[in-house]
Amino acid sequence: MSATDPIAAFRIEGGELLDEVEQALLDMGHRLDDMDLVNAVFRGLHTLKGSGAMFGFDALAQFTHHCESAFDKVRKGVVPATSQLVAVILSAQDHMRALLDGRATGGEAAGDEILAALEAAIAEAAGAPPAAPAAKVAGQGWHVVFRLPADCMANGTNPLMLLDELRDLGPCRIVALTDRLPTLEELTPTHCHIGWDVTVETDEPASAVEDVFIFVMDDMELAITPLAVDATEAPADPAATAPVAAPATAPAAAAAATPAAPPPPAPPAAAKAAEHVRVPAERLDELMDRVGELVIAQSRLSQIAHQDGGLALRSVSEEIERLAGELRDTMMVLRMMPVASLFGRFRRLVHDLARDTGKAIDLVTTGESTEVDKTVIERLFDPLVHIIRNSCDHGLEKAEDRVAAGKSATGTVHLSAHQAGGEVLITIRDDGRGIDRARVRAKAEANGLIQPDQLLADQELLQLIFAPGFSTAAQVTNLSGRGVGMDVVKRTIESLRGTIEVASIDGGGSTITLRIPLTLAIIDGLLVRVGSGDYVIPLSAVEECLELSGEEDLRSQGRSLITLRDRLVPFLRLRDVFATGTPADPHQKIVVVATGNDRVGLVVDQIIGNHQTVIKSMSPLHRHVGSFTGATILGDGSVALILDIAQLVALAQPREERLRAA
Amino acid sequence: MTAWTDDGELEVLTFGLGGETFALEAVLVREILDLMPETQVPGADRLAASVINFRGRIIPLADLRIAFGMTPQEDTTDSRIVVIELVLDDEPVLIGLKTDRVNEVATLLRDAAEAPPAIGMRWPRDHIRCLVRQGGDLIVLPDLPALFTTLIARGGEPTIH
Repeated sequence: MSATDPIAAFRIEGGELLDEVEQALLDMGHRLDDMDLVNAVFRGLHTLKGSGAMFGFDALAQFTHHCESAFDKVRKGVVPATSQLVAVILSAQDHMRALLDGRATGGEAAGDEILAALEAAIAEAAGAPPAAPAAKVAGQGWHVVFRLPADCMANGTNPLMLLDELRDLGPCRIVALTDRLPTLEELTPTHCHIGWDVTVETDEPASAVEDVFIFVMDDMELAITPLAVDATEAPADPAATAPVAAPATAPAAAAAATPAAPPPPAPPAAAKAAEHVRVPAERLDELMDRVGELVIAQSRLSQIAHQDGGLALRSVSEEIERLAGELRDTMMVLRMMPVASLFGRFRRLVHDLARDTGKAIDLVTTGESTEVDKTVIERLFDPLVHIIRNSCDHGLEKAEDRVAAGKSATGTVHLSAHQAGGEVLITIRDDGRGIDRARVRAKAEANGLIQPDQLLADQELLQLIFAPGFSTAAQVTNLSGRGVGMDVVKRTIESLRGTIEVASIDGGGSTITLRIPLTLAIIDGLLVRVGSGDYVIPLSAVEECLELSGEEDLRSQGRSLITLRDRLVPFLRLRDVFATGTPADPHQKIVVVATGNDRVGLVVDQIIGNHQTVIKSMSPLHRHVGSFTGATILGDGSVALILDIAQLVALAQPREERLRAA
Repeated sequence: MTAWTDDGELEVLTFGLGGETFALEAVLVREILDLMPETQVPGADRLAASVINFRGRIIPLADLRIAFGMTPQEDTTDSRIVVIELVLDDEPVLIGLKTDRVNEVATLLRDAAEAPPAIGMRWPRDHIRCLVRQGGDLIVLPDLPALFTTLIARGGEPTIH
């Protein structure tokens, strides 16, 4: 795909704008009078309207325009922000998203409903009874006075078209206002110096007149006053009848931009765009492939240079080695994104969960600037949704129970991220009731996951919540508790080569910690040889390496177990697993690997050494071969397969245990 | 799968395999390579038992002999790998095909094509699209998408023993 489709690009940009607006609105939930937030919302809506119109999303532009107008009143201090208003705009924001995606069905009606709610919210905020809808005010017509910004024609506005559109509303009397015409020597021929005074006879509401100016309204002077004030009860301020500069209030106020109004703060957005380049992720992947090839070619070059090259060739080769290494590091950084984009999406989730469960829930996030590989971020979303839902639904108690337990009525879910070495730790902590160990145990026994009298370490017991088909919730709610989910969470995390830990304090809440590698594209591995093939074992899984002595090898033929610090560890002969048909190396090694609490020894012929590799996925033709997670290209251009430790560990478990787990 | 043109022609690359002449649509061909080191994938189907490094991408290497029940043979100096791109399950997939020798790019005529006969053939019928007579020779057009789609579908159970 290419990035040149402007509609697609706008959809992406619009989605991001809506995300920003949503964040600001959610923040406003706590800080209603924070002007920075109000401005942020206004700015987002304003940009969305402008670019929406530019790309032909007219329905979106019109709808957004009404929301923007309403918010403009808040921004100008005409009405205070209320939580009701914020809630309406939030729902409006969802509607805009639907319009943006082009999946709004029955859009008009839904939109009108929201706009009506918006008007009611504004009216209430203003402390006035809801104003009669503008449509009712329409008398015999409108008196419209407008002046366009001087450079409007450079921006593509054609005043004649605006006048034509006004004429479409009804018979017009148009008078040009030439009072601001400069003298001839000061006159810039490309500027628009003329204003217009239009009397239009129509039954259309004021908003119809406003709509004519929808795309130029922000920078222009516009005053719309009813033609016959006495024709209706005139809900407007008497000032509304005053000509030109006096800003009208009530229905028309939405459209009134006084000459003194500050220009919309668009420049920051423009500056931001200049600093960022939007690149499709797959181009980055391609670049990554090229860099990977470069590194391989470079290592061949350095091999040649060291064999039979002169000093000059060696120094060039070393220079290229350094550059290729740096290029690869830079490439890695390019793929990194702050987790803020991920965390931001959960604020709405928690907001909605709080509403659905009737609990008061605060989401606190820290460490949003921690950076993780883009692919990892995408794949973390679903697991985190599950965990947060569980925390909100099962973990946090109802307000009255919390107060009874001596806690604050508002429950808190704390989402944090920080980097530790090559891993990112993502922690989801709630201050709810904690995991009920007795219930977990009872449930696991009922499901046959454990024996009634089986001794379990605390961590083992808690890990049971990730077993397939397990759920402690007595009742199934529509949020969680269907017993699907936590096992999927665990699988997803493991597919990211991560681990998941649970801690829980009775009555004090639970903490789930995800440890995720920084990147999926690169792996620190231990290169081993089995038969004639090279394989990579992820270094993060390796516990230790030891030698399998010849006599122990013979002795263990029957049972495939070794004693490691008083623990029996089963082991697998990879030569047998891979059916290499080669004789064993006289000095076989055992690589002890672990996932979770299971450990297993892998017997290999040789350990070659540490190897940092770029991971390539397996072809669809090989995806069903379970023992490999991917492959990598070695320095000499040959391919080594990367072992799937979880799969091998499962394979090594005694047969009956495997049957029980299945 | 590409079709015959309106004139009833099809441009193909012909290659030799186990004494027979095979052909595949020329538009599928990405590159023709000399033999290169292969890496065995333990547990994989014999039809695609190894992978190769094709310009930094790891692609499966398929041996059509397996699909047509031919006996494996030693590589010769004429052996080549034909890299083709197929769309399997809506996903473009690169596959290397081992051949005994690559012949030429030729134009086949639909009038000379026949559906695989129901009897008198030891090859699985559903692996063959059609047979084409050309200059006294019989050219086999294998149905590659069908062949590899069944291979993907056959997966799922671990094949390690």
